[in-house]
Order: sequence, then C-alpha cells, then structure tokens
Amino acid sequence: MFDFTTVTQWIDNLLTSAMPTWAATLIECVLVALAVITLYAVFAIILIYMERKICAFFQCRLGPMRVGKWGSIQVVSDVLKMLTKEIIDMKNVDRLLHKMAPFLVIVASMLTFSCLPWNKGAGIIDFNVGIFFFLAAGSLGVVGILLAGWSSNNKYALIGAMRSGAQIISYEVSIGLTMLTMIILTGTMSFSEICQQQADYGWNIFRGHIPAVMAFIVYLIAGNAECNRGPFDMPEAESELTAGYHVEYSGMHFGFYYLAEYLNLFICAGMASTIFLGGWAPLHIYGLEAFNNIMDYIPGVVWMVGKTFFVVFLLMWIRWTFPRLRIDQLLSLEWKYLMPISLVILVMMALCVSLGLTL
Amino acid sequence: MSTNNYFSGLFGGIKSLTTGLGVTIKEFFTPKITEQYPENRKELKMFDRFRGRLVMPHNDQNEHKCIGCGLCQMACPNGSITVTSETYEAEDGKKKKRLAKYEYDLGCCMFCELCVTACPSKAIEFSTEFENAVFDRSKLVIQLNRPGSKVAEKKPVAKPATAAPTASATNNNPKTPAAV
Repeated sequence: MFDFTTVTQWIDNLLTSAMPTWAATLIECVLVALAVITLYAVFAIILIYMERKICAFFQCRLGPMRVGKWGSIQVVSDVLKMLTKEIIDMKNVDRLLHKMAPFLVIVASMLTFSCLPWNKGAGIIDFNVGIFFFLAAGSLGVVGILLAGWSSNNKYALIGAMRSGAQIISYEVSIGLTMLTMIILTGTMSFSEICQQQADYGWNIFRGHIPAVMAFIVYLIAGNAECNRGPFDMPEAESELTAGYHVEYSGMHFGFYYLAEYLNLFICAGMASTIFLGGWAPLHIYGLEAFNNIMDYIPGVVWMVGKTFFVVFLLMWIRWTFPRLRIDQLLSLEWKYLMPISLVILVMMALCVSLGLTL
Repeated sequence: MSTNNYFSGLFGGIKSLTTGLGVTIKEFFTPKITEQYPENRKELKMFDRFRGRLVMPHNDQNEHKCIGCGLCQMACPNGSITVTSETYEAEDGKKKKRLAKYEYDLGCCMFCELCVTACPSKAIEFSTEFENAVFDRSKLVIQLNRPGSKVAEKKPVAKPATAAPTASATNNNPKTPAAV
C-alpha cells in the first residue's frame, strides 16, 4: 500500500531546508488549506451533478443534457451564475448574525471534511480523539442554521431553523451511539488507526457482522437526517416553508448553504465508509492471495472516494424514494425507534467484543 | 399489546420501506421517457393516441370518406369545424348531397376528439403531427378535404365513381381560396 507520508515528508524536508521552521509550517498550512478548499469545490460540483442525474433517473427522466456532453458543464455554469448574483441587504435583519451564519455553516462543514482519511498517511486532521472532534465540529453547523433562522426576521426561516435544531440534536444521539459501537469494535478513535486496523484485519462491517450491519443502517438513516436531506428535509420543506432557514439569503450566501448541504452529504458518506467500509483499506478476502494482491495495486484514495460515492448513491436512493416526514413522525422515529435500536446494537457489540465473537 | 404494536409497526415499516426502495431501483434502470425534442426531431415518434391536429385521410385516388353529414360540426363544442355540403344531381337523376368544403380552425380546437367519435364513416382522425405554430392566425384555418377530392364509393357501386371526376372538377375552383 502506497504511504502518502513519503510525499508530505519530502515537501516538509524541501521547505525546512530552505527556510526556518515557522515559515515552512506556515507554507504547509496554506498548501493544505488550498487543497481542502479545491477538493471541497470540486466535490460539491460533482455531487450536485450526480444528484441531478440520479434524481432524474429515479424519476424516469434524463436530467440536464444540453450544456456540454450529457450536461456535464451544467453545474459549472450554475456555480458561475451563483457567483455573479447580487447579495441583497435585508432591511430588518440582525446584520452581523445574518452575515455570519453561512460562514459558520461552511466552516463546520470544512472542518469535518478535513477529518476524512484520503489515503494511508493522507489524513489532514488526525489525532487520538478524531471521532470526538468530528462530532463536535459537525455540531457547529446547527448553530449556523439556528442563527440564520433567528437573524432573518422571517417566520418561515425561524420555523425552519427550529425544526432543524430539534432534528439535528435528536439524530446526533443516534450518530454518536452508532459511532460508539464501532469504537468498541476498533478500540481507538483515531481515523488513521481505524483505517489501518481495517486494512490489516478486514473491514469493520465484516468484522462486526450483525451489530455492525445494523449500526451501518442506523447510521445511514441518522446521517441523512443530520444532513437535512429528504425524507428528513423538514427545515426547508419548500411546500410549507418556501425554503426554510435560508429563505432570506441570496447570491453566494445562499450558495454557501447549498455547498454545505452537498458536502455534508459527502462527509456523512465518507465517515460511513471510514468507520464501516474500511476507508482507504482495499477489499481483502481471506485465503485469496492473488485477488488480495490485485486489490492492493488500486490506490487507497480510489478506494476511499469509490466507497464514499457508493454510500452517497445509497443516501440519494433513500432521498428520492420516500416522501417527507412530519415533524412529530420525525422525532418519534428518532426517540422511539432509532435511539433504542442503537442502544441495543451498542450492547450487542459490547457483548460480541467481550466474548470474542468478532471475526 | 402495545409492545406487540410497537414491534409489528417497526417490522411492517421496514418491510414497506424496502418495497419502496425496490420500486425505485427498478425505475432507475428502465429506459428513460425523456424526448430531447429539437435534437431528435428526425427520429422522434409520437405515441399513437397523441392528438396533434385533425386530418382527413385521403387514399391514393384522392378519395376521402366524408359524406358531408355535419355530425362532427354539431359535436364540436367550440365550433371549430365548418362543413359545407352541396347537392348535385347524380347520373340516375337523384339529388344527392356531397361535401364541398371541410374547414377546421386549429386555433379554436381543444383536441377533445368528440368529432372523431361522432363521425359515422370514420372520415376524420387526429394525426400525431404537433409542429403547428404559424405566424398568422388566419393560417390556422385549414381546409381538410384536398382540392379535387371526392367521396370514396363503396365497392359494389364502383362504376359511378368513374363518372364523378367531371363533377368534382367543377367544384375545384371555389375550394382553392379557402386553402390560404
């Protein structure tokens, strides 16, 4: 398996040989930030295109076809349109909070985005309590949404934000519990170690068999709700709330919410592939050495991105199949079904691990 | 009892959700119905029941089936059909009625197909042609019977049909202005 640290080490050595350590660190930080922002934008464009196409296919349509071959430049032109649109200043809003809210959302989204392990040695934020950091940074986003609803001085935005707050805080319980289940299995919270273990001993979803599969399903449902995506898109239910919490935003401020929504989807899927499907770890079947060797030749980043897009497809499949839930159904699904189930899974996994029943 | 309800609700819900997922994934792989219209203009085929505009089919001897009874005109709720018939003296001396002019105003038509249903001789039908836009409203008034056309006679009486051309040739002139 190719270790990306050789590249980062080489860049680090090159920079430290030419300049003092602080300058080298500064330049490295800027390089990493640029890489994150570029990846963020590129993935957003790919995801929006993918969503439009997949949505169309589920509805027996073709989706965008005119701009570029198979409509491939459609999203690029949409982004350019969004960038050139005017940001309208509203009269009776809380100016500071109104302008700060989209940045909070996008910052939270970017922080969690940089938690994803792209390859062996290519994690950007990676330390021993990585999963805690991921959950904490992810919760920042809801502050942005609540601020947007509050500062907009608009009843639709306020109702949307309140719904979103109730929803995200509820479903975070399930996400935390399912992640805890996998922490019991791996015994570590650092993303690089979780992936390394899965490369050595097999993917977590196979190692943890029944409880892990159940946890994966619960994670997918809760993750979909966490991203405010259908069938849990109550905060922006356009038939009741026009656009929910971002109804008063225009131009690129709205664009930030749009970007963050899609990237949160990607992050949710990426985290699912990291903790359940092995991250960058290639698929190994015990006993088939030749097959395993071929799989090792596929670079880790391809595995990671491939698995993530597979999970994204699952989430989009859910989204374009089910109708939107009511707010009471939404909350009873979490508190009456998902949370008890994830508690049961947690106990099951603890028993499996302590009795040595994992594979 | 309530625990029973809880679990039956849970598993019933899961079952119905997976059924829904099965339906959509099947739809995902079915051929798509979207027509990319201006690009596929050459090979585009409208489905048979599409009502584009009213036509009166003529066979290769320039004969149609309209007997000029006017039932379609009476059936039309918008008055978009005007049937003008004329009487003429047949060879055996009887006075007969025949179609002189069949005018159809596409601009008034609401494509209900009541005229086609009312027609006793199946002389008119809707074609699937749909590119009907014109620059002048008067061009929407179309004469459906072609100039010089006549009623297709039924087979047993095929002979008198050969004598008809002289009569229809005289009718030719008044028709042409209406075709504008």
